[in-house]
Amino acid sequence: MNERSIGQSLSRAGLTLVRPRGAVFLLLLVLLVWITVLNPSFAEPGQLMRFIQRVAPVAIVAIGQYFVIVSGEFDLSMGSLVTAQVVIAGNLIGQDDSRSIPVLGFMLLFGALIGLINGLVTTLLRVPSFIVTLGMMLALLGGILFWTGGAATGNPADGFRQIGRGGIRDVPIIDFLPWSALLLAVILAAAIWFSRRPFGKSLIAVGDNVTMARYAGVRVWWVKTSAFILSSLSATVAGVLLVGYAGVHPSVGRGYEFIAITAVVLGGVVLGGGRGWVVAAAAGAFALEALFTLLNFAGVPSTMRDAIQGGIIILAVAYSATTFRARRRRGPLETSPAMGKRPDPTLDPVSPALQDREPAGQRTDNGGI
Amino acid sequence: MRRRANVAIAMVGAAALIALAGCSTDPTVTPPEDTGTPPVINEWFDQAQYDKQFAERGVTPQGPSSQPYLQYINAEMVDTSEFASAGAKKVCFANASISNPWRQTGWITMNQQLKELQASGAISEMETRDAQDNDDTQIADIDYFIEEGNCDVFLISPNSTAAMTPAVERACATGKPVIVFDRGVQTDCPVTFIHPIGGFAWGIDTAEFLIDHLQAGDKVVAFRILPGVDVLEQRWAAAEKLFSEAGIDAVDYFTGADPVKIKQIISDELAKGDVKGIWMDAGDGAVAALEAFEDAGVDYPVITGEDELSFLRKWKETGVTGLAPVYSNFQWRTTLLAVQKIFAGEEVPKEWVLPQDPIFVDELDSYLAKNEGMPGGHYAKFGGEDLVGYPQVWQARVMP
Repeated sequence: MNERSIGQSLSRAGLTLVRPRGAVFLLLLVLLVWITVLNPSFAEPGQLMRFIQRVAPVAIVAIGQYFVIVSGEFDLSMGSLVTAQVVIAGNLIGQDDSRSIPVLGFMLLFGALIGLINGLVTTLLRVPSFIVTLGMMLALLGGILFWTGGAATGNPADGFRQIGRGGIRDVPIIDFLPWSALLLAVILAAAIWFSRRPFGKSLIAVGDNVTMARYAGVRVWWVKTSAFILSSLSATVAGVLLVGYAGVHPSVGRGYEFIAITAVVLGGVVLGGGRGWVVAAAAGAFALEALFTLLNFAGVPSTMRDAIQGGIIILAVAYSATTFRARRRRGPLETSPAMGKRPDPTLDPVSPALQDREPAGQRTDNGGI
Repeated sequence: MRRRANVAIAMVGAAALIALAGCSTDPTVTPPEDTGTPPVINEWFDQAQYDKQFAERGVTPQGPSSQPYLQYINAEMVDTSEFASAGAKKVCFANASISNPWRQTGWITMNQQLKELQASGAISEMETRDAQDNDDTQIADIDYFIEEGNCDVFLISPNSTAAMTPAVERACATGKPVIVFDRGVQTDCPVTFIHPIGGFAWGIDTAEFLIDHLQAGDKVVAFRILPGVDVLEQRWAAAEKLFSEAGIDAVDYFTGADPVKIKQIISDELAKGDVKGIWMDAGDGAVAALEAFEDAGVDYPVITGEDELSFLRKWKETGVTGLAPVYSNFQWRTTLLAVQKIFAGEEVPKEWVLPQDPIFVDELDSYLAKNEGMPGGHYAKFGGEDLVGYPQVWQARVMP
C-alpha cells in the first residue's frame, strides 16, 4: 500500500515534469545539472544558498508580475519602481540606522500607491495596462532623474542593507541562510495561498474571460487593481533586497520588468491571462538566472546575452501557444473557474452593474490584500 | 495529446541545448583576451595616441602647480587677440549629460566657477542645454544656440565623437569662439580642446599597477560601463594590450555600472577559480566589486578604481592593494577660465592637455582628509577648494 502510493507520487511528479506547467522545472533541472558539470563546486550547499540569495529579488518580482499577467494585464513599471525604491532607500535612510523602519514603511506605502494608480487607471479609465504602466515607468524614471540628476548618491546604513546582504551564519549543512532566501520562501508561500483562495481563482477567471467572470459575480476592477498592488509591493521588496545586495545605483532594477515577464512566460503562464501557476513563474526566474550563470561559466561574451534571452522568449511563447491550442481542442481548461460553481441566481447576468457586485462569499477574500 | 506535448518539450529542449552548446563551443565567440597572443587587435587601439599619452604621463606640466586646472602639457599656444573684447559675455553650453557622478561633480564645480566669473564681470550668463546622453538632442541643442542663442562663445562637451563633429563645425562657422572639452571631435576648428591626458594613459597606469602586483597567469576581471565611448574604450584598449603582453588572464564584462551585475559576475568568476585582480574603467561600482569578495569570504583582489570618494573610503577601510586612477575632474572649471582668457586676448593652448595623476596609497590619507564630509559620489581631485561655496555646495550636492 505504502509502496504503491510512493510509486504513484513519483510517477505523478514525473508526469508533472513533462506537462506544460512542469516544463520549466525540467529546464531548471537541466540547467542546474549542466552548471554543476561545468563547475562542481556549485552544488555545495553554501554556493546554492548564495545562488538563491541572488535569484530572490528576480523571483519575487516574477511572482508579482504573475498576478498581473494571469489577470490579463502587464506591469511594465516594475523595473523603474525597483530603481525608485533603491534611490529612496539610499537618499532617505542615509547613514542613520534609526530611520530604517519608518522609511521601509514609507516605501511599502509608496509601492502600494503606485500599484493602486496603475490598477485604477487601467480598470476605471479603461486605458490598456501596457500604456498605463509604460507611462508610469517613464514618470518614475523621470522623477528619479529629477531627484538625483541620474547618478548614485550613496548607500543606506549597513543595518538596512543586511536584509538583502546578510543572513544567519554557521547554520548546519547549508552554512549560510540568507534573509532574502527566507523572505522568498515566505512570499512564495503567501502567493500559493493567495492563488488557492477564491481571490486567486477570480484572478484567473478575469484573465481567462472577463465577461464570464463578471457574470460569475467577480468585482473585476478590484481584482485587477489588487494584482497591480501586489506587483508593485513585490517590486518594493525586490528593491529592498537589491539595495542590500548591491547598493544604490540608478541602473539597479533596469530591465527588471522584462526579466520578470520572461520568467513568467518561461514558467508557462499565458500572456493575455487565464492560465498559469505561480510556482512555475518563480521557477522561471530561477531558470533564467541559472541560464545566465551558465553563460558566465561557459564564457559567453556579454554582448550575446540579450540575443539568447530573446531567443528563449520566442521558444517559450511558441511552446505554450502550441500546448494551449492542443488543450482547447480537448475541452474546457482545467484551471477554468466556472467548473463546479454556479452563478448567483439573484443576479441578472446581463446587468452591467454586475462588475461592482459579487456574492457575499467572495468579498471577504478580496479584502485580504 | 501527451505525445504532442512530449514532442513540443523535446523540440524546446533540443533547441535550448543546441543554442547553449553552440555558445560554449563555438571558437568565434571566445573573447579575444582568452587566446592571449599579442599583438591585440582592438579597433580602438591607436599606436600613435598610445605613444603620445605614454610620454605625456612623464612630462612636468607648465603653469602654477597650486592650480592644476590651469596647467598644461606640451602645449602649442594659439593667439586669441581677434576675440579680445571688453564686457560681460554670454556663454552657451551644450552639455552631453550629468548622468554619472563624475559629470555631476564637474557640473557643480563649473557653476561655482561661473559665479566667480560673473562677480568679476567676465561672464553675464551661461545658458545650458543638457542632451541627456543623446546625440540627436545635442545636435539640436548646438543648432539652437547657433540660430537663436545670442551667444558670445560656445562650450561643447560632446556626447560622442563622430556624430557631433558636423555640429561643432557649424558652430565654428559663426566666427565666434568654440571650446570643446572632455570627449573630442574630429575637427581642429575649435579655439581650444581641453582634456586630461586621456584614456590610454589611464589604461597604462592601471594595467602597469596590476601587472606589478600580480604574476603571469593570474586572473583579472575587467568591468566596463558601456561600449563605444572613446575615452572609455581607450582605457580598455591600452590595458588589454598590456595585460596580454604580461600574460595576465583578463576577461572583460559590460555592466552599465550596475552593482547587481558586478556582484553576480564576480561570484560566478570566483566559483570558476581565483580572481587576483579587478580592473575598472570607472570607479562607479568598485565598492560593490569589493563587497562581492567579502560576501564570498575570500581574500581581496588587487583593484584599480577611481578617485571617487566611495572607493577611496572603501580602500582605506579594507586596506586593499589599490590604485585610484584619475580623469581630472577640474577640466570643467578650466573650460570657463578659458573663456575669460580668450576674451582677454590671452593666448591659450590649441590642445589644452591637463595633468592626470593617479592617487597612490601614500596620498590616500591626505585626499581623504581634504574631502572629509563629501558624499560618496564626489571626486577627490575635483580642484575647486578655492571657489566660493566650498565645501558646503559640494557636500550638499544639489544639481544647479
